[in-house]
Order: sequence, then C-alpha cells, then structure tokens
Amino acid sequence: MANYSTNEFKGGLKIMMDGEPCSILENEMVKPGKGQAFNRVRIRKLISGKVLEKTFKSGESVEGADVMDTDLAYLYTDGEFWHFMNNETFEQIAADEKALGDAGKWLVENDVCTITLWNGSPIAVTPPNFVELEITETDPGLKGDTAGTGGKPATLSTGAVVRVPLFVQIGEVIKVDTRSGEYVSRVK
Amino acid sequence: MSADLWAPSAQVTTLQQRAVILRTIREFFYQRNVMEVETPSLSAASVTDIHLASFNTHFVGPGYAAGLDLYLQTSPEFAMKRLLAAGSGAIYQICKAFRNEEAGKHHNPEFTMLEWYRPGFDEFALMDEIDELMQLVLGVQPAERLTYQQAFEQVLGLDPLVATLEQLQQLATEQGFADIAAEETHRDTLLQLLFCMKVEPMIGQDKPCFVYHFPASQAALASICEHDERVAGRFELYYQNMELANGFNELTDAQEQAKRFMDDNAYRKKNNLNEVPIDSRLIKALEHGLPQCAGVALGIDRLVMLATQKQTIKEVIAFDVDRA
Repeated sequence: MANYSTNEFKGGLKIMMDGEPCSILENEMVKPGKGQAFNRVRIRKLISGKVLEKTFKSGESVEGADVMDTDLAYLYTDGEFWHFMNNETFEQIAADEKALGDAGKWLVENDVCTITLWNGSPIAVTPPNFVELEITETDPGLKGDTAGTGGKPATLSTGAVVRVPLFVQIGEVIKVDTRSGEYVSRVK
Repeated sequence: MSADLWAPSAQVTTLQQRAVILRTIREFFYQRNVMEVETPSLSAASVTDIHLASFNTHFVGPGYAAGLDLYLQTSPEFAMKRLLAAGSGAIYQICKAFRNEEAGKHHNPEFTMLEWYRPGFDEFALMDEIDELMQLVLGVQPAERLTYQQAFEQVLGLDPLVATLEQLQQLATEQGFADIAAEETHRDTLLQLLFCMKVEPMIGQDKPCFVYHFPASQAALASICEHDERVAGRFELYYQNMELANGFNELTDAQEQAKRFMDDNAYRKKNNLNEVPIDSRLIKALEHGLPQCAGVALGIDRLVMLATQKQTIKEVIAFDVDRA
C-alpha cells in the first residue's frame, strides 16, 4: 500500500496504526506561530471500533490500509458464518461473528449491508440505516394510550429489543433506526 | 476549480462586524499617535525561521530582464524595523501575511495581520497596550499574566527551563504522544508539542492570558533577558484556545540577528529545507541603529473569530483558500 503524508489526511482515509486498519474521522492542523506544526487526528480503529485521538508531526507519513467497503445482500447464517452476496456478480462472502459485531440483530434477508474488507477479508458489517422487523414479544398495551410515557420493551424477530410506544402490538412490523437502535414508526 | 464555491465563506453580517473591528483598531492607534504604514508584500529576502514556509514568485520587467525572485512576506516585521531604524517612531500596519503549508480551522495560507512597534516600550508596557485593545474590541476582563515557566509547571508539573530531553520525552509519552516522543530529539519540538496540546487549553479561558519569558531557545527575534539568560523577551497572548498574538522586546543587535539567521539556514541545509536569502537590508538597518522597542503581531482573523464567536477562520474571511 501507498504511504500517506499528513497533508493527504482527510475524513475517510484508511491508514494502518498499531497493526490495525483505521479510518480517519477528522484531521486538524495545530501550529504555534513560532514552532513545529502538528496534526491532531481523530481515528476509528476498524476492527475494535474504538475512536481515539492521535497527534502526528506535520510532514510525517503513515502506511495506508487496503480497506474497501462493498454493498452486499444478506443471505443466511449457518451458525458460524453469516453469508452475503454481491447482487451483480453473485460472488459470496462469509463474515465471522467478530466481523459481524452488533450487526447480527438487524440482519434481514435480502437487505443490502455494507461489508468492510481489509486485504479482501470482512472486518465489519454495517446494516442499512433503517430496517423493518416484526414484533414477536411485548406486553399488551392499554387501548387508546398514545401518550409518550417512555413506552415498553419489544422483542423483534431477530432477537433485538427496542423500546416501542404502548399501542404497538405483537405481530406488527416496525421501522427501526439501526444506528441508534430506536423505534421510528409502524409499517402499514 | 469548483464553480459551486462562488459564494463567500463568511456571512455578510460577519464581514460587517469585521469592518467595525478594523475601524476600531485604526481609531485606537490614531488616538495614540501611532502612524499607519504600508510595506511591501513582495520582498527579495524572507524569513529564515525553520517552521515558516514562504511563497515565492518571479518578477520580470523593466530593469529585471533576467528576473528577480521575490518572496511573499510571512509578516511585515523586517520592513517595519527598517522604517523604525530610519526614524519613523511608533508605527502600525494592517496587512496580508502569507504562509505556505498552513490551512485549517485557525489557519489560512493568506491572513490578515496587525503588527505594531513602540519605541521606548519594553514587552510589559506593550502587553499593557495590547490588553487595552483587547478590552476595547472583545469587551473582556484585563488579561492574566504568567511566565512560560509558571504556565508549563502549573499544568504539567515539570520545569521547562531545566527539564532534560529525557524528562520531556517521558512527559510526552505519559501525555499520549509516545510515538513522537520516541523519535524526537529536539527539546523545543517537545516543548511546543506539550505547550500547544496540553497547556494552551488550560489557560486564558475566562479572560485573555499573556505568557511571557519564553525559553531563550525559542526567542525568534526577541532579545535575551539580562536577568536570566535562559529566557527571552518574547510573549504570546492566548484566549479561548486561540493563539492571538506574538510579541518581542526586539533584538537590536545586528551581529546577533545575523547569527540567528545563519544558524537557521544551517539547520535548514542539514534538514533538507530550502535555504532562504538572509535579509541583509534588515541587518544593515540594525547596524544603522534600531531604537530599543517592543513589537507585536496579532492575527486579525482570529480576533474577529473571538468577537463573533465563530469556530473556523473561513467564517470570518470573505473567501477562504478553498474559494480563492
């Protein structure tokens, strides 16, 4: 991979740090009027998901990381691997539990997810921002109670648990924002 | 070039506030009999400071058929000192300064600088005057004053004037800069790293803060203090995470100034940086006699940022470099 100098740093650039591929979130030059310039960089480690701040001397170079995002449709899981397919080439890729992270609870068959590949292997799975899932379990609410009193927990078909308004019932399909894990609306 | 970026990066209302601040500054100096001057942006010599990169260009025209290399000035300091040596008395200038390799939230490669010189003032008298201007423009409380040593020790618990390279490397490692500390062999680079990343955010938050008596190794164009040779007559003004001004009790010794320029160029040569032609006209002016004086450079854009509560420099200048 190519090396990148601090002048090439920008949001989205993938670099190697401590043996782990990372994505640059933010890059800011800090320079005293009389003195050395530095780059204060916010970085997300792509495997652990940790966000950290790192300072470089301006002009330094770091190794790039061979990381790419690809959009693939979720097929099924065999319990050990989660299988995804490229809808155009029909090429399949299997992600293990570590790469899957928390995404498992949002996976719906045929939904297109973003799979992050490092040196060709999956390291992260990002579900669509919104998914539609059926409620399999929740306390029956009182009819007519539409007030936002904090709602109640509901278990979805994938096992995910979200808070829903009291009027939402078992068997209904709801729209959930996977980034926050919050209920958005009922799906008619 | 993206045509979409035709519109200014600053709101027109911000530019109106900026215009009022410029008028206030000019009135401030008019009341004090400080003369406004203008000096060249293009000069045959430039700054040797190892941490500043000049733009240069090439003039071809009458008298210069073979061309003349000219540098866009990183500050009007050298020319203004030549005016002082010629007997100008107290002077100020509001002008564009140009610095290559600098862009960010607080930096634009061209920016507006207010620079002024006060013959007969030492750095403390000049700090008083800056303080008055800050109170006038920003409506702030009188500034706090700390020596560099006090500010550093207060935040980091280490005396920067006596700390060894190893102690600074260890401190930098503890503060989260292990990779830089492992490679860095210049004390001043570590001091600058620790000061701007760790000390600056802890000072000058409620009211501006002057930090004075910078280490002699970071004197730039300041004189060394007679009472303590470890420190220089150099100060900086900080307010709300912004380095706002840098001032000197000016070095008037021509020989010492020439030596510092040559040392810079020697460092540049050793470290594969471009050598810069030394401003022999400034040296000659110092030989002729620069009156004892104090001078300061203040970033107008950053001052406007503070006055208008903007977070980025592009919001206070009509067109930032992306839109230039």
